[in-house]
Amino acid sequence: MSKYAGVFKQLLEAHGGPGFEEDVRNLILPHLSEYASEIWSDAVGNLIGLIPGNGEGRRPRVLVSAHIDEIALVVTRIESGGFLRLAQAGGFDPRTLVGQEVVVHTEGGRLFGVIGAKPPHLTPAAERSKAAKLEDLYVDLALPEDEVRARVRVGDRVTLRRSPLELLNGRIAGKSVDNRASAAVLLEALALLKGMVHEADLYAVFTVQEEVGLRGARTAGFGLVPDIAIAVDVTFGAFPGQAPDESFPLEGGVAISFGPNLHRRVFRRLVDCAERHRIPYQIELSQRPVGADANAFQIAGPGLAAALIGPPIRYMHTSVETVAYDDIWQCARLLAHYVAEVDAAQVEELTCY
Amino acid sequence: MLLKELTEAFGPTGFEDEIRAVVRRELDAMGLSVRTDVLGNVIASTGEHHPGPRVMLDAHMDEVGLMVTHIGEGRDEAGLLRFRPLGGVDPRVLVSKPVYVGERRLPGVIGAKPVHLQEPGEREKPIPLEKLYIDIGARDADDARRHVKPGDPVVFATAYEELPRRMAKAKSFDDRVGCYILLEAIRRWKTPLPVFAAFTVQEEIGLRGAHAAAYQIQPDIAIALEGTVAHDVVDTPSHGQSTVVGRGPAITVQDGQTVADRRFAEFLWETAKARNIPVQWRRVKGGTNDFGAIHRVGKGVVGGAISVPVRYIHAPTQLVSLDDVQHAIDLVIAVLDEIAKGGFRP
Repeated sequence: MSKYAGVFKQLLEAHGGPGFEEDVRNLILPHLSEYASEIWSDAVGNLIGLIPGNGEGRRPRVLVSAHIDEIALVVTRIESGGFLRLAQAGGFDPRTLVGQEVVVHTEGGRLFGVIGAKPPHLTPAAERSKAAKLEDLYVDLALPEDEVRARVRVGDRVTLRRSPLELLNGRIAGKSVDNRASAAVLLEALALLKGMVHEADLYAVFTVQEEVGLRGARTAGFGLVPDIAIAVDVTFGAFPGQAPDESFPLEGGVAISFGPNLHRRVFRRLVDCAERHRIPYQIELSQRPVGADANAFQIAGPGLAAALIGPPIRYMHTSVETVAYDDIWQCARLLAHYVAEVDAAQVEELTCY
Repeated sequence: MLLKELTEAFGPTGFEDEIRAVVRRELDAMGLSVRTDVLGNVIASTGEHHPGPRVMLDAHMDEVGLMVTHIGEGRDEAGLLRFRPLGGVDPRVLVSKPVYVGERRLPGVIGAKPVHLQEPGEREKPIPLEKLYIDIGARDADDARRHVKPGDPVVFATAYEELPRRMAKAKSFDDRVGCYILLEAIRRWKTPLPVFAAFTVQEEIGLRGAHAAAYQIQPDIAIALEGTVAHDVVDTPSHGQSTVVGRGPAITVQDGQTVADRRFAEFLWETAKARNIPVQWRRVKGGTNDFGAIHRVGKGVVGGAISVPVRYIHAPTQLVSLDDVQHAIDLVIAVLDEIAKGGFRP
């Protein structure tokens, strides 16, 4: 069954925010090399592997993507005492940062840090009803000020520091499950696809800078101009206090997205494929362009047939994002079967309105 | 490494079994007379029949934690655990943290609704305790019940790690740092004097263990060894910092439960200065430690506290200076030496 559960945990320990994804890229590279005949990176840093299909003439061209950046922070100021102020590089809820261990990425290497939390002994009652604001939070490096000033520069990146935890039922919690879970989906799918015959040329793309505005997807879509572009990205796991149509149970299977900016025929094929292969799935409805790489794909170059699938995760954009590995596995199965079934006729169909 | 083992040991207030076993093992290895009382305090003694004042050294074993109070049912809460704090925990530090449920250390996480799905204004307020859950990965309530029951205690899942410049991070330096200082001081100390080492329970819910321990020991002099509040960080005025990390152990002038015996506080200070051990005054009134209970037991006890500054006390990741810890050990030994020489008469 799953071949990449161990690699997935390594991916969760790797650090790579928008614009500094090289460690994640380097971790994926040897695994991608097992399947791809050609591998390259584009100007913004997307890692691309081509897995050629079988067949004469013009083969269908399918792009599958997973963004590999994680939400991060940037040092904006070194305060007296050597404490660091922060700005967002991705969307954190500042309330989830209090007391959090972080890694500060400096020119000379990584530093441990912890985001300060005022002890209850010193906190007046009125203050307890207030939420932390990012501008009031700071990173404590547990170093003397002169050493901080010698080692840290404004602009240095900060990421969460969290070893993955194994919960019950194959559920895994950690940082950057969004979207390393989907990187694992792609690797699992490539392994499955190796045992299948596929007509389509497959471009497996590990995209960058999704968390700051789908930037890697834009250049990958434009650079490769595939017939079909499928983004794999996590969605909202069911949790109390969320609307039922924004809550997808863990172990509920693949979330397949439906909405105006996703190609209806690709969506139908994905659902049909899941049905035929008895892959559990759930439908996620979007009324606006989706907040994932598929948004950029749709309007890249001449316009692409875009789709979005992914596993549900709980606690998105925290350091304890939680996924069920079975959902990763089911996503991989769907992706592999779908790609294996794409043929020239299906590509023809995409423009038949 | 002992400080690592002590800080990582499981022992929220009222559930000190695992940390007690570590403490007992260390005391037994030193060949001391060791007993456990009805509350669960561990009391070791040395030189009980020597002449001289009876000295009680105290460190509490318990740490702040959580207790599972309810296993969620129904569609939404299925298998998620509701909990309440054991001891003083600000719910704001719990969000997005890993925990261990029960001594078997079942991993769980305390998550939060994704930022994407929040209502406008939701981020202005802290997430209330009623909206926080421990997620152990259970599929539903029955699945959760196979692993957890209401009443199970919970601790932060934080590893001890040493950092550059003699700093360290861990959970529960309050008060495992005190346990460490007490164990190391008593291990090294050889001069004859009736010394009683009390490792107490339930400090975090009102110094419960210390009351009983002090009654049993009936000391003439008592010193609580504590991890105390340090908030020497940006935006905190000097008067709000309490103590400064790296400037040596702190001596209390006044806290929530005690007004220091001036003579004894000066004795601690002078003893430190005479031996070139850095010390500082603890500069806030709030909070307390076991000495708050000990000094009013029986006919009253003279003494005070030697505290190690801890940043982010009661939060999952706390920071201490290992130099401060070492200086506290040296100070305890120096103080015992001075008392043995008759340098302080209660």
